[in-house]
Amino acid sequence: MVASAILITDLTGKPLISRNYRGDIPLSSAAEKFATYLLEADEEAKKPVFYVDANGEFGSLKKGEEGMEERDDGCGVPGGETFVYVQHNNLYLVGVTCKNSNVALILTYLYQLTALFQDYFSTLNEESIRDNFVIIYELLDETMDHGLPQSLDSTILRQFITQEGNRMADDSKSKPPVALTNAVSWRTEGIKHKKNEIFLDVVEKLNLLVAANGTVLHSEINGAIKMKSFLSGMPELKLGLNDKVMFEATGRNQQTRSGKSVELEDIKFHQCVRLARFENDRTISFIPPDGEFDLMTYRLDTHVKPLIWVEAVVEPHRGSRIEYMIKTRSQFKSRSVANNVEISIPVPPDVDSPSFKSSVGNVTYLPDKDCVVWTIKQYHGGREYLMRAHFGLPSISREEADGKSGGMDTSWKKPIGVKFEIPYFTVSGIQVRYLKIIERSGYQALPWVRYITANGDYQLRMA
Amino acid sequence: MAPKDNPMGGSAGGSDSRFFSTSKKGEMHELRMELHSTDRTVKVDAVKKVIASMTVGKDVSSLFTDVLNCAQTANIELKKLVYLYLINYAKSQPELTLLAVNTFVKDANDPNPLIRALAVRTMGCIRVDRITEYLCEPLGRALRDEDPYVRKTAAVCTAKLYDIAPELVKERGFIETLHDLISDSNPSVVANGVAALSEISETSGRDVMKITASVLQKLLAALNECTEWGQVFILDSLAKYTPADAREAEGIIERVTPRLQHANSAVVMSAVKVILSYMDIMSGAAHQDSIRALTRKLAPPLVTLLNSEPEIQYVALRNINLIVQKRPGILENEIKVFFCKYNDPIYVKMEKLEIIIKLVSEKNIDQVLLELKEYATEVDVDFVRKSVSAIGRCAVKLERAAERCIGVLLELIQTKVNYVVQESVIVIKDIFRRYPNRYESIIATLCDNLDTLDEPQAKASMIWIIGEYAERIDNADELLDAFLETFEEEDPAVQLQLLTATVKCFLKNPEETQDMVQRVLDLATEESDNPDLRDRGFIYWRLLSTDPEAAKLVVLGDKPVIEDDTFRLEPNLLNLLVGQIATLSSIYHKPPEAFVVRNKKGATGADDIVGDDEEGDEEEYEDENDVNRGGGDDLLDMGGLSMNDNAAAANNYGSSRLEADMFGAAASAAEPEARMSKVCAPEKSGGIELWAGFRQVSGAVKLELDVRNISSQVPVSTLAVQLNKNSFGLSPATQQIVFNPPIPAGGSGKNSVELVVNPAMLVQAPAGQPASPQIQVAIKNMTTGLVFYFAVNFAFEALFSPDGALERSSFIESWKSIDDKKELYGTVSDLPPASTDIDNVAAKFKAHHIFLIARRPVPNAEGQEVAYFSMRTTTGMVFMAELTFKNGVNAAKVCLKTEQIAYGVQAKVALETLLRS
Repeated sequence: MVASAILITDLTGKPLISRNYRGDIPLSSAAEKFATYLLEADEEAKKPVFYVDANGEFGSLKKGEEGMEERDDGCGVPGGETFVYVQHNNLYLVGVTCKNSNVALILTYLYQLTALFQDYFSTLNEESIRDNFVIIYELLDETMDHGLPQSLDSTILRQFITQEGNRMADDSKSKPPVALTNAVSWRTEGIKHKKNEIFLDVVEKLNLLVAANGTVLHSEINGAIKMKSFLSGMPELKLGLNDKVMFEATGRNQQTRSGKSVELEDIKFHQCVRLARFENDRTISFIPPDGEFDLMTYRLDTHVKPLIWVEAVVEPHRGSRIEYMIKTRSQFKSRSVANNVEISIPVPPDVDSPSFKSSVGNVTYLPDKDCVVWTIKQYHGGREYLMRAHFGLPSISREEADGKSGGMDTSWKKPIGVKFEIPYFTVSGIQVRYLKIIERSGYQALPWVRYITANGDYQLRMA
Repeated sequence: MAPKDNPMGGSAGGSDSRFFSTSKKGEMHELRMELHSTDRTVKVDAVKKVIASMTVGKDVSSLFTDVLNCAQTANIELKKLVYLYLINYAKSQPELTLLAVNTFVKDANDPNPLIRALAVRTMGCIRVDRITEYLCEPLGRALRDEDPYVRKTAAVCTAKLYDIAPELVKERGFIETLHDLISDSNPSVVANGVAALSEISETSGRDVMKITASVLQKLLAALNECTEWGQVFILDSLAKYTPADAREAEGIIERVTPRLQHANSAVVMSAVKVILSYMDIMSGAAHQDSIRALTRKLAPPLVTLLNSEPEIQYVALRNINLIVQKRPGILENEIKVFFCKYNDPIYVKMEKLEIIIKLVSEKNIDQVLLELKEYATEVDVDFVRKSVSAIGRCAVKLERAAERCIGVLLELIQTKVNYVVQESVIVIKDIFRRYPNRYESIIATLCDNLDTLDEPQAKASMIWIIGEYAERIDNADELLDAFLETFEEEDPAVQLQLLTATVKCFLKNPEETQDMVQRVLDLATEESDNPDLRDRGFIYWRLLSTDPEAAKLVVLGDKPVIEDDTFRLEPNLLNLLVGQIATLSSIYHKPPEAFVVRNKKGATGADDIVGDDEEGDEEEYEDENDVNRGGGDDLLDMGGLSMNDNAAAANNYGSSRLEADMFGAAASAAEPEARMSKVCAPEKSGGIELWAGFRQVSGAVKLELDVRNISSQVPVSTLAVQLNKNSFGLSPATQQIVFNPPIPAGGSGKNSVELVVNPAMLVQAPAGQPASPQIQVAIKNMTTGLVFYFAVNFAFEALFSPDGALERSSFIESWKSIDDKKELYGTVSDLPPASTDIDNVAAKFKAHHIFLIARRPVPNAEGQEVAYFSMRTTTGMVFMAELTFKNGVNAAKVCLKTEQIAYGVQAKVALETLLRS
């Protein structure tokens, strides 16, 4: 039903470590097939999920499906294997299956496995795999059985799979933690903290796509409530937000008018939140894991005014020089400040002798990324700045030198990207109204709340 | 490296890499010594070194017993490593693995639940047959262990055991125990129990899950409690369940909907699958509101999936592609979220484009065109081409926007970018076909770009446009002439278009293009060795020379207008795939059979795992079939008859069936043998190889089947057979083929199915074309539920009736009366010696009910003799044949006459085959 085997390979597909869970595929030949695919498949045709049929042909399932040329033989030979893979640093984590498996499950398992390894080894790369192969085998054995994912919670696993190895002396400790199979599978009992505290970060990332003509094609807020919990025992938490749907449901329309409320479009909760309860009365109630976690993420599809606006006027003079005039405007309240603003403007790959003039901040040319980065440390709301850049161009452009005629010189026409962080501010206006903490021992705990807005996928296309 | 110099301190983590570096010489010996060391640290390090060698692919199986020795330890880490080693090498050392049994059994009784679970888990992974018998005892105990961690591990282990030894699982009643686990108090145990039952259902092809009302409630309750993975297991098994009615469906959906809020994308997708599958059941006006509410609820989670990692986005997009086809309403207002970002991976961009086209409408077309135009200037050639072609597809889809689309295409052509121009030409041809005589004004622009075209498809499209609109292009003949210079080097597609376009041009403007058309026809018929081109050339040539008016009708006739094809899936397949959301099937847009071989590992005795109530099982089985709508059965058009209808019809026609069956076996010795051919390879049909042939036995047509069980662990006992409509109206008198005794793996068996002629199953050959000899057969293995198909050519002689001998006089009369046009000629060469003698041939033919009417020497031709034969089918078609033999020549001429000219070829083929045999 799920994965037959998990492989971790280097970037050439050479397996570093693997685990064959079901024995229904020959692992070594599967590894070869994966390496062959990496090597031979067309870069543009590569997909994160692909099928290699019994004859070792890949992409055969694909042919017919494009619909362009439905062919009888386009089906490929059944009985092959499917590979599902993700990349992390210089590694591929690969799931292999010969069944009609749940591919979403394999992918989420691979992501969580990556996170688990990172948690254990802090960095996950070829070297750390080699350095920790014993523990990786243990984790592979514990997190998946017969191809079915089991617990991947690092705090729980750490209780009985430790990097120190289990000495005989402390064998009494190595019982399976209750949490491993409990309904509350993310928290162990008997946690103690000297000071009971909980930190909430409301982080909103603004995704923006602006067309070359200046119209906003797509704007979206991706928010997350991140928690750092240092609470003893088994605390019951209840979080109150200025959620419009709940206000309406509880008939607090007056308050809606006075204070602001937010309509969250799609909310995703950490597994600790009782979903059925939320569905019933929009109460967010949960027993938190210990330490850091994302309590919830939400999405708002509202039309947002681009917080930082950028306009570029480009004047290319073929064969001699290219000039840029970049105008930027901050469109948020003047008492807010955006920190560490980075505006990156793509330039052609073959420019030389850069020179810049700007009213504020620093400008640097990054030849390896073919772009210019304009950094403004502190950008107050309601301001407008200007920057001019000037480059030389070789007398013969690269395309002409390569003998490619007629090709459009657009390889550098990437969109402008902007990075920023605005503290004490959320675009959506979301607010934490309360966080109630109830524990049997009756201790008082302090919640700390911070708000921040940052860029997400923030792109402005160049004209 | 000397391990002693490197004492393992408190933290060994982060330094395992040292185990990979080994001294080359005497390494094995040294390791062996260390494995037997009394120093625990040395021992642990040695095992680590062994595992390190194993990891890099070195063969360390020679240390098997030495490593195994280390299993007797209380150190869990060491034990785990030894077990890992065992899993890896058990297959190659099955005998030695038995030595480990004791350790396993002991560990399965250990007071520490971690060790008990580890033992059960590892034993299940050792796929050695002989170890399975020892597994049952500990497994049985583990399934009832007091610790939930052990129980959940045991549940999964049951699925493992079923893979290796299904009959043991059945004998021990483990399936029932799994059912008990669904009521377990621990949610993880419930979830793994569900997963194990789903696994077994999949392996055996039977529903051992059996969701009843009470089971359903337990599953829904566990859904709120278990881990994210467990939720996916439960949701996936719910998706396979068919609610009894709309109310139940709605009730379950209500409980499932909160899962759409889960942070794990896999949970969300499985929940979407359940909801979409159940929505079909909630039809009717009473549920309109609920459907509408659900439609609204589904959009936000689907959109959110597009904010996940790119790989999940890809999976989501492939599934959304299905969802927008199934329920377009859900995402109709969300087209913007599918606009491509510059840094999306190419595989995500391509899928987004596909969905944009599916969602494009009059409302959003302007915005979409702006986007597509933007994409057309990007770097990635494949993406650019697909974007250009998408513009064309929008035009074909939306009539009112066609003009705007063409405007954008023209702008793009102005860029003169080679591949953009080519792709534009290709789609503009489609637009012309969709809206004939509307946009010819742009032809001039296209003609300006002729030189850019160097790809066959683009060239062919352009040439088609020139031919189609020759009368509006002043210099059409010159343009074509230019292409003709390189005719011989062109791709066949271009050559065919050139040929047709030139002929069109000639028909429209005969005076100026006479020479050109002559040249093309010469090139096509004389110079080319491409049969398609030659045939088309000859047809044009004949048409033009005999009847130019007819040629005009044919060549310049109205073409059917092409449809808006946004690459929709056929509804049955679509429904099937919606039930497969989040699985590979939904990625490939293919049914699972297209890439999965069922029962790779056999599941012997699968037929009665559920117990002894056979009847109940059968019912269950039928249900499963119904759910599986759109699966196998509809792929072959079975003439709209259900299995039962067919059987009834067949009974009417097969009045002599019983008789034939009774005599069948006895008479068969004297009957002609069927020519068998291999029709089905084992990889297609679950490990069964099939040979098929036809013959006549006691006046009844038989489909002979040879079944060879190559690798199916399930013995072949009962097959059901069905024929597609065919040229002969044949259908089986009975559907069931029973093999008694069943054919085990490696065995083979024969059986025959009587075929009767059923007019309802008849397909008329298209006028003027010979009837197809092909018969398409569907076989269903009733035990495994697997359906597979093959096609086999019918042996026409099996249909010849014993009363086929004509009177000499009527033969002569008929022979003369039949028009010469209804004659078929042929020469059969390389005849076996026995077939050169008319007496022999006549005797052989007689066995097949082909009767010698007369023979005579050919006047004025020394040594030549002709023989006349007649035959009549049981359906009353009469054929007459004249065979000419020559002394000392092992060849014969065949001339066949019949009024049923569509079947003449079949009769001729039958004669020729018999002559050759």
